[in-house]
Amino acid sequence: MRHHAQGMKHAAAGLMLAGGLLLGSSAATTAATITIATVNNSQMVEMQKLSTQWEKETGNKINWVVLEENVLRQRVTTDIATHGGQFDILTIGSYETPIWGKQNWLVSLDGFPASYDMNDVFPSVREALSANGKLYAVPFYAESSFTYYRKDLFDKAGLTMPSQPKYDEVRTFAEKLTDRAHEQYGICLRGKPGWGENMAYLDTLVNTFGGRWFDENWKPQLNTPAWHQAVSFYIDMMHKYGPPGANSNGFNENQALFATGHCAMWIDATSGAGLLYDRKQSQVADKVAFTAAPIAKVPNGAHWFWSWALAIPESSKNVAVAKSFLQWSTSRAYIETVGKTDGWTVVPPGTRKSTYENPQYLKAAPFADFVKNAIMTADLNHPTAEKVPYTGIQYVAIPEFQAIGTTVGQMIAGALTGQMSVDDALKEAQASVAATMQQAGYTQ
Amino acid sequence: MSKAPLRIAVAIAWLAALLNFFPLAWMLLASFKTEVQAIASPPLFFFRPTLDNYRGIFAQQDYASFALNSIVISLATTLLMLLLAVPAAFAMAFYPGAKTRDLLLWMLSTKMLPAVGVLVPIYLLARDLHLLDTLTALVIVNTLSNLPIAVWMLFTFFRETPKDIIEASRIDGANVLQTIFLVLLPLVLPGIASTSLLSIILCWNEAFWSLNLSAHNAAPLTAFIASFSAPQGLFWARLSAASVLAIAPILVFGWISQRQLVRGLTFGAVK
Repeated sequence: MRHHAQGMKHAAAGLMLAGGLLLGSSAATTAATITIATVNNSQMVEMQKLSTQWEKETGNKINWVVLEENVLRQRVTTDIATHGGQFDILTIGSYETPIWGKQNWLVSLDGFPASYDMNDVFPSVREALSANGKLYAVPFYAESSFTYYRKDLFDKAGLTMPSQPKYDEVRTFAEKLTDRAHEQYGICLRGKPGWGENMAYLDTLVNTFGGRWFDENWKPQLNTPAWHQAVSFYIDMMHKYGPPGANSNGFNENQALFATGHCAMWIDATSGAGLLYDRKQSQVADKVAFTAAPIAKVPNGAHWFWSWALAIPESSKNVAVAKSFLQWSTSRAYIETVGKTDGWTVVPPGTRKSTYENPQYLKAAPFADFVKNAIMTADLNHPTAEKVPYTGIQYVAIPEFQAIGTTVGQMIAGALTGQMSVDDALKEAQASVAATMQQAGYTQ
Repeated sequence: MSKAPLRIAVAIAWLAALLNFFPLAWMLLASFKTEVQAIASPPLFFFRPTLDNYRGIFAQQDYASFALNSIVISLATTLLMLLLAVPAAFAMAFYPGAKTRDLLLWMLSTKMLPAVGVLVPIYLLARDLHLLDTLTALVIVNTLSNLPIAVWMLFTFFRETPKDIIEASRIDGANVLQTIFLVLLPLVLPGIASTSLLSIILCWNEAFWSLNLSAHNAAPLTAFIASFSAPQGLFWARLSAASVLAIAPILVFGWISQRQLVRGLTFGAVK
């Protein structure tokens, strides 16, 4: 196989040279054209639409590369690791930013002009996008997690949702509100395997059950009672009160289930609120309510923090122009423009204090203060009750976590579908993570 | 064949055809629904169609640019691939050496290597040759990727041609090029056509290299589809509309050329 790969490399080199001479290159960019890699969510689509204003004001041009989240992550990682120089601005998350910043893959963004008002950006968000004291990305929006519930179903059943629910209470509510004959499920949770899918939710569950990924010496802790209790609780509740086929449900699928009236409760990202409150897209817009993410044993890490942010790769040849766009698209003025143009419910949330002081936003988004508090209280540096050597609530901010998280996610999805027991899943997960950490040099 | 087995065979053929057709029909239906209708449970078969998804797509992306890139990549790849595959298959079919069979098997075995295994070397080569985000890079990589299949197909077609005809043309004074272009190719035209059609379809549907080697300038329709999958929110209706737009040209092309394709694929099968 190695010979084949070698052969292909040589053949590719020869043919690329020949092809290059024959056909010539079609890539032609000018100094004032920047390429932005981004995901296709409503806020980014809005930015794409409004960016023509920036193009008119500055005379620069933008090439947009819009990709699915996982494709974007893989595509951008390849380019940035090989210094391909294909992109001038990247949409990246709070997981990648400090890792890539430490590796000097990103341009430091300190020194923005006073007019940008960096102090208006939530300090916790800035900290999440920094490494070694330097800011490497500016937030486009930020989110935490909380509990959505159907107040009409709760009222009908004579139940009251507390402002800070416990997981035992959630389980009782789920039991009372499940009506499988009418496709009404007590609880909808992520089951699709992946570090950013089922593991994002499960990490918060494990945290609040008192668990952690690693001890202070990077020894994996997946085979501990806290993990067993958390995963067993999740699987039992999903089997009894969750929708069928939950192992293929991620954020989008659960949001769709909730929006069409099939879920009594849903614990997930605060960014889902905009759609659920939108009467055009949600059948439960006037019935949805929200409360804090539930707690099991300890409050630490029970709700997450995530931010989509914009960063400039070191390989960019248009750093000055890219910085100018970053300042425009994450500014206070931009948020106000979105609010005035397309309505206040769709403005990028969770990034600036001024957004939460704006009476028009507070009026349009009843969840605004709750989201702000959830973001402000999500402590990335102390995600668990016991001490840990890492930061991150629903992820561990190390490069190996994408692989580790997805592997463990697949094993837990296997336990959810009944292919293996919780014991076996966690035993295998522990062995797999221990091997990865040893290979990566964290442990002996 | 008596009537009962024939009826069963026809029923199975219809069932297979419907199973193949259903996802496409469902995608087409979804493209005319609103996002809420697209995820409705139970699924909606009757609804008031809307063109909003198509309008949104044309407002958000430059469809023509992606489609043009797909056309250029498919045609250029097919042309380059034929230029390389026809002489190779000709030599292997009419002048085989001791290792020809091994060579053919080796070529085919390169298709077993997962593309991601050579992503980094190919990416670095493209970067160093300044071919990232160019049609050239995608044409070359697609040519390399499809070459083994093309050589195999052409080799099989050429082998069905009597060697005596080739030898007779050489005795009559034709050189190698004249033998290939004036004698062999007219005889195996259905085979050439089906190889070309297959290559065009494979290039049109190729996603891995298109997503990894292109960004904006060279992005084909597979990258166009990928841009409508969203991490958050409802997107099935618009994604369906994007998929319909992406596959429509190749579906029409396949429909027009299906007779040629089937004829080529069954060439020599009943000898």
